[in-house]
Amino acid sequence: MINHSHKINIKSLPGSHDISRKVLPNGITLLARSNFQSASVVLSGYIGAGSLFDPKEKLGLAHFTSLALMRGTKNRDFQQIFENLESIGASLGFGASVHNTNLGGRCLADDLPLVVDILSDCIVNPIFPEGYIEKLRAQLMTSLAIRAQDTAEMASLEFDKLLFENHPYGLPEDGYPETIREISRTDLLQFHSNYYRPDNMVIVIVGAIDHESAFDLFEKTFGQWQNPLSPLKVQLSPVVPPKETIQQHIELPGKSQSDLVMGTLGPRRHAPEYLAASIGNNILGQFGMMGRIGDSVREKAGLAYYASTSLNAWIEAGSWEVSAGVNPSNINKAADLIIKELERFSSEPVSQGELEDSKSNFIGRLPLSLESNSGVANAVLNLERFNLGLDYLQRYPSLIEAITPEDILKAAKKYIDPQKLIIVSAGSQKMSK
Amino acid sequence: MVDKINSFTLTNGLKVLLKEIHSSPIISHWVWYRVGSRNEVEGKTGISHWAEHMQFKGTPKFPQGVLDRAISRDGGMWNAFTHLDWTTFFETVPAEKINLPLELESDRMNNSIYDPLEVESERTVIISEREGNENEPLFRLEEAIQLAAFKFHPYRNEVLGSIADLQSIQRDDLFNHYKTYYNPQNAVVAVAGDFETEKMLELIKDRYTDIPGNPVPKTTIRIDQILHQEEQIEVHGPGETTYLELTWRAPAANSDDFFALTVLDSYLTGPTSLNMFGGGGISNKTSRLYKSLVEKELAVSVVGSLQATIDPFLYNITITVRPDRRWQDVLSTVDAEIDKILQSPISQSDIDRAVKQARALFTYGSENITNQAFWLGYSEMFDDYEWFLNYVDHLKSSTPSRLLEAAQRLLPSNTRVRGVFLPERGEA
Repeated sequence: MINHSHKINIKSLPGSHDISRKVLPNGITLLARSNFQSASVVLSGYIGAGSLFDPKEKLGLAHFTSLALMRGTKNRDFQQIFENLESIGASLGFGASVHNTNLGGRCLADDLPLVVDILSDCIVNPIFPEGYIEKLRAQLMTSLAIRAQDTAEMASLEFDKLLFENHPYGLPEDGYPETIREISRTDLLQFHSNYYRPDNMVIVIVGAIDHESAFDLFEKTFGQWQNPLSPLKVQLSPVVPPKETIQQHIELPGKSQSDLVMGTLGPRRHAPEYLAASIGNNILGQFGMMGRIGDSVREKAGLAYYASTSLNAWIEAGSWEVSAGVNPSNINKAADLIIKELERFSSEPVSQGELEDSKSNFIGRLPLSLESNSGVANAVLNLERFNLGLDYLQRYPSLIEAITPEDILKAAKKYIDPQKLIIVSAGSQKMSK
Repeated sequence: MVDKINSFTLTNGLKVLLKEIHSSPIISHWVWYRVGSRNEVEGKTGISHWAEHMQFKGTPKFPQGVLDRAISRDGGMWNAFTHLDWTTFFETVPAEKINLPLELESDRMNNSIYDPLEVESERTVIISEREGNENEPLFRLEEAIQLAAFKFHPYRNEVLGSIADLQSIQRDDLFNHYKTYYNPQNAVVAVAGDFETEKMLELIKDRYTDIPGNPVPKTTIRIDQILHQEEQIEVHGPGETTYLELTWRAPAANSDDFFALTVLDSYLTGPTSLNMFGGGGISNKTSRLYKSLVEKELAVSVVGSLQATIDPFLYNITITVRPDRRWQDVLSTVDAEIDKILQSPISQSDIDRAVKQARALFTYGSENITNQAFWLGYSEMFDDYEWFLNYVDHLKSSTPSRLLEAAQRLLPSNTRVRGVFLPERGEA
């Protein structure tokens, strides 16, 4: 039953009535939703060529390959690609995550044919020019050097490594300096020919174009692209929860603030308790001013500018994390307060009031998250990625309404054991003021 | 973007800007105060930003936590920002919930408590915010550059304030700041979204008219002379990456020069987006300095930054130097490129391109109602909303000869600050 305070018109949300879906003969999945209120079009999509295919000694290969796509093709050099795009105010870009190489773009509707042509050229015909590989390598190495000085990133990196031991989720998609150095042009060419294929590609088109024209355009530009003969095989090792609390500090000299990341595993996106955990996470560290943890660590104790939680649910597993930026001398105090909140959260049901607040927030924020073309494109892409069904957003309010305090407690108990956490800090502990 | 905007002034001096947009059942409501680090004196730097934080600590009617809970409950988005010239608070909510933000913002315009205990717990939160920023090499470099670029003007101070001031500011300082600057005569309410103008105006009058308006004391500001000799500064810190930042005095937002420099910046470092809430940006790989620095393997990135402000602030070009290069070589290449635009005019097609890019960015940004409401009030803080409406036309009216003349006045090397962040490798 839908509470009267959540008066959203579910018909106005993207759904099977206004999202069109088509699979091209070569396997590319297209989804389109029109919006003629603005003269622009957003593209969002992925190819199933993520860092999980990276050889260990060449970690960062998927990422490197994705960034190199736009450095030159059989038909256009780097200058032509960006001259074409930038002169019309369009944008196009690629990047890699564990499962996918992601793509995104935006342009005025009139310019869509040109942008799709460049997109297909970069995906199908990249030549990875030697000179640009080296330029890109220098940029990647600089990003890694900057990362090595970033307290939040370093804490997060170590957290993932400890939580997802021997699993691609525990490894950074952008690699390490020593693995980036190992990657050659041949590696890029090989990665591209092995893993870039139409049958694992999804593209969402949202904006001032009708779905038939959008589908025709993609069929015309991508229709000739053929799949390699060999099917893809992936075997990932299972993920296991921490057996005991592991506390680790990464010393970075000369930093005023330390970053703290702590937590444990969370549900994968398809787990039955995912939505209950998600609402619970909102209560724990997001709602209002960063939920219970924000209230305890920031509002009451004044220990941090930020202290909040995140639930990251992927295909195979997920993480449930708390992060905070604190003065080096307050790391332990903040960690203790967070553990107290985790103890309470995993032993007592949330109150009816807290639950109603978060349910209302989850349902009420839908229109806001879906007002722009890019918001809609993200939502539609997730429907496809996690196989949720085109009517998921219509079903969503009742799925949220059905969640009880007991469901949340059950999910919390299943994942969070406050005695078995990964706790990582990064900063200048040795020079604390 | 050129849809009708209605402007009103209430009897207490409060300016109201309304723009109907019926694309989504959403309304974005902003209150802007003409106060920021520009209005601060030495010893009290950071007070505007701290006061902004205190505005979330409650009134008798809406105690702490009630505000954010109520807005979040309705699925709304809210936040606040403090900058050089302004402090602003906003809520974007489902259209039928608009009464709530109107009630909250009108209440805290006049009735915030500033509980001494809350002031103390917020002191450490703000110091923590500053410490987080100090972790970033570019924050430290930019803070040093501002101090070198201005001797007197309050723009020299970081919006977050100095640690010494953050340790010494007291509750009554904050409360006086609040009572002085948070008042209808010093404020603009800007609302965009799914409403009817007449009805919205009535709602706003109901909520805001009874708040007394008082004249705000004039801030006396000593404008600095333009530098006559290049200031050269170095900042050292941990890391492996060298940054070079060149900074010139920028024109005020309401001058023609501002638009000239916007086009020049677009040519040199790529287009800048005014979209704060979605709408993305455009890459800068065909910009002049990307071609000569990144393509030529001297640097890994280059960005330009020009901000719209009441008084002349700063125009920055920030370059991340390649690890195997010397910043001195980067500098001489930048100098050579800038010399070119001081010697001969850029082409009409470069101007056309900057205009096309700006138009595209506005189209992308206008999909978000929060952006649209932001634009309304933002331009009021340093000029008026016509500034925003005429933005693209102003860019379009640039001519090659006009830009040449502007570049010669605005970008000579002897008027700039040259800042370098030098990493100290292996320091432990």
